[in-house]
Amino acid sequence: MGNFPLVVDLTLNHIRLSIIPIVLGFLIAIPLGRLTLTGRFARGTVITAMSLLYTIPSLPLFVILPAILGTKVLSDTNLIVALTIYAVAIMVRATSDAFFSVSADTKQAATAMGFSAWRRFWQVEFPLAGPVMLAGLRVVSVSTIALVSVGVLIGSENLGYLFTNGKQRNNLEEVGVGIIATLLIALLFDLILVALGRILLPWVRVDRAARRRSKRTTALAPLAAGDSAVAGSEGRS
Amino acid sequence: MNLFVNAFAWIFDPQNWQPGGVSPLPIQDRLLEHLLYTAIAVVIAAAIALPLGFYIGHTGKGRQFVIGFTGAMRALPTLGVLFFLTMVLGSLVKGASGVFWGTIVALVILAIPSILAGAYAGLESVSRPAIDAARALGMTEMQILTRVEIPLALPLIIGGLRAGTLQVIATAVIASYAGLGGLGRIISSGIGLNDYDRILGGAILVTVFALLVDALFALVQRVTRVPGADNGDRGLRSRRRASRPETVVETPTRERNVTA
Repeated sequence: MGNFPLVVDLTLNHIRLSIIPIVLGFLIAIPLGRLTLTGRFARGTVITAMSLLYTIPSLPLFVILPAILGTKVLSDTNLIVALTIYAVAIMVRATSDAFFSVSADTKQAATAMGFSAWRRFWQVEFPLAGPVMLAGLRVVSVSTIALVSVGVLIGSENLGYLFTNGKQRNNLEEVGVGIIATLLIALLFDLILVALGRILLPWVRVDRAARRRSKRTTALAPLAAGDSAVAGSEGRS
Repeated sequence: MNLFVNAFAWIFDPQNWQPGGVSPLPIQDRLLEHLLYTAIAVVIAAAIALPLGFYIGHTGKGRQFVIGFTGAMRALPTLGVLFFLTMVLGSLVKGASGVFWGTIVALVILAIPSILAGAYAGLESVSRPAIDAARALGMTEMQILTRVEIPLALPLIIGGLRAGTLQVIATAVIASYAGLGGLGRIISSGIGLNDYDRILGGAILVTVFALLVDALFALVQRVTRVPGADNGDRGLRSRRRASRPETVVETPTRERNVTA
């Protein structure tokens, strides 16, 4: 029981080190994802760049960054920047898909109603892209929390400490506690994201219910499901 | 940039390639080890995940299992799993082979989800009419799988292998902390010695290695794409079509906004 305060400390730091890259990654991926809609060249460049960044293994990226950022090798900044890069790399694909998923008819309708490009983006495209973005964000959240622990190898204090310390002392329980605590944080974050989705994207549930109902009553289910995206946007505005 | 110059100088220093060097040297030995671990782990993982993915993709049974399993596996911290398994297997199998097989088991476990998801998603992407046509022609289920579904799904199947392989390469870097060889040894010994040239040199070597393997897979993926089949790219293509009429309408509307 004497180890409990240590585990709590490590957990809190682990959460802090996870939240920053998840939030930053999401914010950076929004404009980058929207950029991929502007043309084939933009899409190809952004997607290829992201997949190349994602190919760099974690520990090498952690130790390459000091040479670029001018930070110390054992600084948390390297970890946060590296995890943000990974978060952006995963998230851009999701935001790109999300903005592509918004129906062209809906966007045209918004433009016809006199929405400026800026207002149309924030009031029509962004909310309608929400469900797909949320799915991507959940992946980002889970993988970021799992990756933070590798940071212990460059001196970061997080739940990964239980892995290296447990290994040194040949204490299997300690490693096990670290794994379980990491999984619990991932689960907690996922529940929070799902709850946020329910609050911020209430029409998704209405959509799904409508789709289920229409599937039961008519053979034209795909048609009804296709329409419900538009119906959702009407409910919103 | 001077740091990078020094790191490349370290990589190309012939002394670091001399056979019989101290601990993490020579470089080519670590490179071969890394390649060996990766190959062993990916082959074993593929032998488990591909048949399972084909079965699930072909029959449609256990779809929820794949989605849940791949999601849950992503949450596992690789470092923890690696240490946990090397410790457990290390106590069962004494000596260096315990560490070796413990690491391989960990690498296999971490590679399975991507390969499984790729195989499943690949088969899922094959158009239903193509399968129905094959069945109407009198093909057996096995023939449908091997002659229709797998060839059409190949780019996505290889995509899964690609993701799994890169996951293994990245995790094998960390494996040096569990007592294994590989390119990670160069980085970890550099951190221990506080020798940044060596750290950065090792990191560049791993990155180039990963990028080369990735490029190789990308090439194979391109070659295996069946001409005319529209799986894999389908989403993109229909999206592009959907977004085209919008631009036609948008330009005049935007002009009106400016004048208003």
